[in-house]
Amino acid sequence: MDNLDQIVSEAQAAFAAISDPDALEQAKARFLGKSGQITELLKGLGKLPPEEKKTAGAAINVAKAAVEAALNARREAIRKAALEARLAEEALDVTLPGRSEARGGLHPVTRTLERIESLFASIGFEVADGPEIEEDFFNFTALNTPEDHPARSMHDTFYLQNPDGSLADKVLLRTHTSPIQARYMQAHVARYGQLEKMPEIRIIAPGRVYRVDSDATHSPMFHQVEGLWVGEGVSFADLKGVIADFLKSFFETDDLTVRFRPSFFPFTEPSAEIDVAFMSGALKGRWLEIAGCGMVHPNVLKIAGIDPEKYTGFAFGFGPDRLTMLRYGVNDLRLFFEGDLRFLRQFA
Amino acid sequence: MKFSESWLRTLVDPKLSSEELSHLLTMAGLEVEELAPVAPAFDGVVVAHVLEVVKHPDADRLNVCQVDIGNGTPQQIVCGAPNVAPGLRVPCALPGAELPGDFKIKIAKVRGIESSGMLCSAKELGIAEDASGLLVLPADAPVGQSIRAYLDLDDQQFELKLTPNRADCLSLQGIAREVGAITGTPARLPEIADVPATIADQRAVVLDAPDACPLYCGRVINGVDAKAPTPDWMVRRLERSGIRAISALVDITNYVMLELGQPLHAFDNAKLDGAVHARLAQPEEKLLLLNEQTIAVDADVLMISDDAKPLAMAGIMGGEESGVTLETTGLFLESAFFAPKAIAGRARRYGFGSDASHRFERGVDFGGTRRALERATQLILEICGGQAGPVTVAQAALPARTPVRLRTARAEKVLGLPLGAGRIAGLFQGLALSFERQGDDFLVTPPSWRFDMEIEEDLIEEIARLYGYDNIPAPAPRGPLQMQVQPEAQRPAFRVRQMLADRGYQEVVNFAFVETAWEADFAGRTEEAELIRLANPIASQMAVMRSTLIGGLISNLVTNLKRKQSRVRLFEVGRCFHRDAAATPVAGFRQPWMLAGLAYGGALPEGWGSGARKVDFYDVKGDLEALLAPAALRFEKLAHPALHPGRAARILLDGRDIGCVGELHPEWVQKYDLPVAPVVFELDFAAVKASTVPAYAEVSKFPPVVRDLAVVVDQNLSLQTLFDALETRRPPLVKDVNLFDIYVGKGVPENKKSLAFRIVMQDTQRTLLDTEVDAAMQQLMSCLEQAFGAQLRA
Repeated sequence: MDNLDQIVSEAQAAFAAISDPDALEQAKARFLGKSGQITELLKGLGKLPPEEKKTAGAAINVAKAAVEAALNARREAIRKAALEARLAEEALDVTLPGRSEARGGLHPVTRTLERIESLFASIGFEVADGPEIEEDFFNFTALNTPEDHPARSMHDTFYLQNPDGSLADKVLLRTHTSPIQARYMQAHVARYGQLEKMPEIRIIAPGRVYRVDSDATHSPMFHQVEGLWVGEGVSFADLKGVIADFLKSFFETDDLTVRFRPSFFPFTEPSAEIDVAFMSGALKGRWLEIAGCGMVHPNVLKIAGIDPEKYTGFAFGFGPDRLTMLRYGVNDLRLFFEGDLRFLRQFA
Repeated sequence: MKFSESWLRTLVDPKLSSEELSHLLTMAGLEVEELAPVAPAFDGVVVAHVLEVVKHPDADRLNVCQVDIGNGTPQQIVCGAPNVAPGLRVPCALPGAELPGDFKIKIAKVRGIESSGMLCSAKELGIAEDASGLLVLPADAPVGQSIRAYLDLDDQQFELKLTPNRADCLSLQGIAREVGAITGTPARLPEIADVPATIADQRAVVLDAPDACPLYCGRVINGVDAKAPTPDWMVRRLERSGIRAISALVDITNYVMLELGQPLHAFDNAKLDGAVHARLAQPEEKLLLLNEQTIAVDADVLMISDDAKPLAMAGIMGGEESGVTLETTGLFLESAFFAPKAIAGRARRYGFGSDASHRFERGVDFGGTRRALERATQLILEICGGQAGPVTVAQAALPARTPVRLRTARAEKVLGLPLGAGRIAGLFQGLALSFERQGDDFLVTPPSWRFDMEIEEDLIEEIARLYGYDNIPAPAPRGPLQMQVQPEAQRPAFRVRQMLADRGYQEVVNFAFVETAWEADFAGRTEEAELIRLANPIASQMAVMRSTLIGGLISNLVTNLKRKQSRVRLFEVGRCFHRDAAATPVAGFRQPWMLAGLAYGGALPEGWGSGARKVDFYDVKGDLEALLAPAALRFEKLAHPALHPGRAARILLDGRDIGCVGELHPEWVQKYDLPVAPVVFELDFAAVKASTVPAYAEVSKFPPVVRDLAVVVDQNLSLQTLFDALETRRPPLVKDVNLFDIYVGKGVPENKKSLAFRIVMQDTQRTLLDTEVDAAMQQLMSCLEQAFGAQLRA
């Protein structure tokens, strides 16, 4: 039986010395192949007397199992080593920058408009749009600002030429987004006017507007957002509530104060300017003029075909450029219109 | 409207600091734009009397002066001012004084002579720019008095930004009235007595246009000295109101306008013939104005004339020839009420404005016309001497002051505030409004100085203003809830923008008015009739409304290249403008929303793994296909003024032209100095936003069969033609034909190209048989063969 132990230890030693998978299979043949040492011993069993056969056979099988175990262990070790080697070879420098298209971005004012629209959408305001070359009627007259009204000089208006060079006196570049409210109300009345109870109007109307003005704080083209809520029992207090809610939501802080002070717009009465002051930050404590607003003037409702006794409403106009500047700390309005990627990329 | 606080406080003097007063005014709707001291902080400066001036022994330009500062002991002061002279009264900064600019005055030796103070110029006190010499004070200036007290330098200058409805506050009297109402301090308005006539000279006044001028008061004043100096106190008040003192007569009319809000005009009586008329302009009438402009006046302009000639544009500006001069001895003084409608817009039409027109077009108190005339007469007699004639008053129907009804319930509804009639009555009393109460209704008669109380809402505003906007609650908004429909087949504009941003494009916003050349270069608009020109552009490079967004993007590219940005991807969403008679909603102008983009530089951002390939047509085309997916776009060769003729395509969606894409034309690449050509595109934004609601199609459970097919065709064959043929003639089991390779060169005959397609075949009901697949491939091949002479690539 010493012979068996010797075969097992010989096999163990032989396998351990091998690191190549093919050589290992050849070494296996020496012990377990057709004429391998273990196989030969098993073949020799037949010659033994029956009483010895049983014990000798059991001993040989134990030895065979030991050789097979040694073989399998070695096979696994060689496979693992090969895998390790491959993994090491395949390693990347994971710190190299990724390969992809650079991301662009939205214009900061667009970003603000999107936020404004979604805040107002959350309380049921729909988005409305209107033309930028606008009729004098909608820009002024329908807003209770007849020709020669002194309020017209508050707006330095861009006018257009006819092809023959003469002044086109019925159209202009809109000086505010308020004509959208006039147009919208007219369309709303055309649609629902015959109903006993007209559905509410709740709209927000963003857009580009134009005034003859250009310096560090004025651009000849800038943005406005008009808001309008007309319904039964809409009041000045509601206006204050909506504006306060909006400003706190827009700036994501309760750390600001909003004040309303009397002002004048031909298309609202009573009218107000809205100032906001932040309690902290770079602009702490300063009153910043941020919007104009008021209760829709009865004449404006009447021109649109709405009964001012039955329905009341408020309108407001914000400057999204200003809101963007305050929100992100931009200090020069002109940056918005220069197309400088170094500036614009900051808002991607 | 600028004014001096100390002047205001002579009329109403609430127990409030300047800042508190300023805040109250702002919160009452009279926005204080600026509140500034009239002089910087300094102290220790008194009125001094120069007694003696002796040349400094060691300095040519210096004098040694003895001055009396009111304490009985003459002080020795060395002075370098050229105008120093014995007998003058001048400001003297005493030792210990601190002048503006941190300048401390000490006893010091100047070239060996002791000097105990400094005689000051206006500039050294920070009250004027004049540094040419000492500020010479009037001979009666009290020696020893603080200069701050003497010149009223602790005064503050207020500047109000008045809204057009508050013309009543374009005077000290009006502001005082308002301050009285908001503070509860009674205002002491100027008491003005009628000046009795001492001569009989008089001029008739005829109201030819009584609607435009329903009230005209005038009087002759003779024997005036127009050269008399304007008193210092008046000069100071005028200057602190932003009006330069000119001559006594002009200054007095300006002063009364500031004090009472009534613009006045003084004519040289010697230059008038016959009666004075207020009439509309006559045909072809012309007038040389005081501002040296000659105006050909329109028929709707109200004029003041005499029997022979026009004298003034009523309420706007006087004529040069009939105005007072320093030689004037007799004058005809006008105080009139011109209806706002008769004045409004006229001055602006001729490109100017005046303090008078500013007031008249907003509304002047017609209850104070005569009073202002008396006030001016009184001041003229005091300052310039002379004798006044009797007042001529011509009067027609003054504006009706129809009582306005205010319903308490309506006010409460509009403001969202339970007020009660009692409280409203109190607020009206505070405003000194005359009203009659009928239960919970008020009938309010607007005062003659208010032109903004015509309807109930005007009174509601007054109530809110006095109650305080800040005191009105701000409850959470309430309204009926209704869901908003978001059409699924419509992509929100922000999402489209975000998709472009995700593909590397940065959004810009450019002006809608552009250079004329851009319209020619990028839109081919060379005809004047096509352009939409601004009548009043702010600059020539912003003169024309754009019909394409491309010009702006090219200009952005140029700017960014100057700033060393080598890879630029931009887009803009904005309206473009076209003349179109049939356009709606504004006839004559079609204003579609467009989306345009530009790509320049590397196909990928520079990096170790991105290669050096520059962006080309197909990169941008791919961006657009991805942007509009799942819609299938068609591209057709296009001739476009902005684009390279061989590298430009029209984009079609469902057969509709929705825009273009292409490389910038080499001519513009050169003209705009670009190192290489950018690829640009422009699309109808509405078409980009349109999408479809997905519709389900059955998914096959059976495996697809994929075969490749390589054919050789003429090199100039457009792929679209080939795809179109395959689309109409492909066997139904062919689900997809994908071009995966194009090859030209060795192994392919001259003028030919090899195209390799991957064909995907599938049936939803069963596994395909080899024979079916072979037949389908054969059918595809023969279709290509017949239509395009395609041959299987060997």
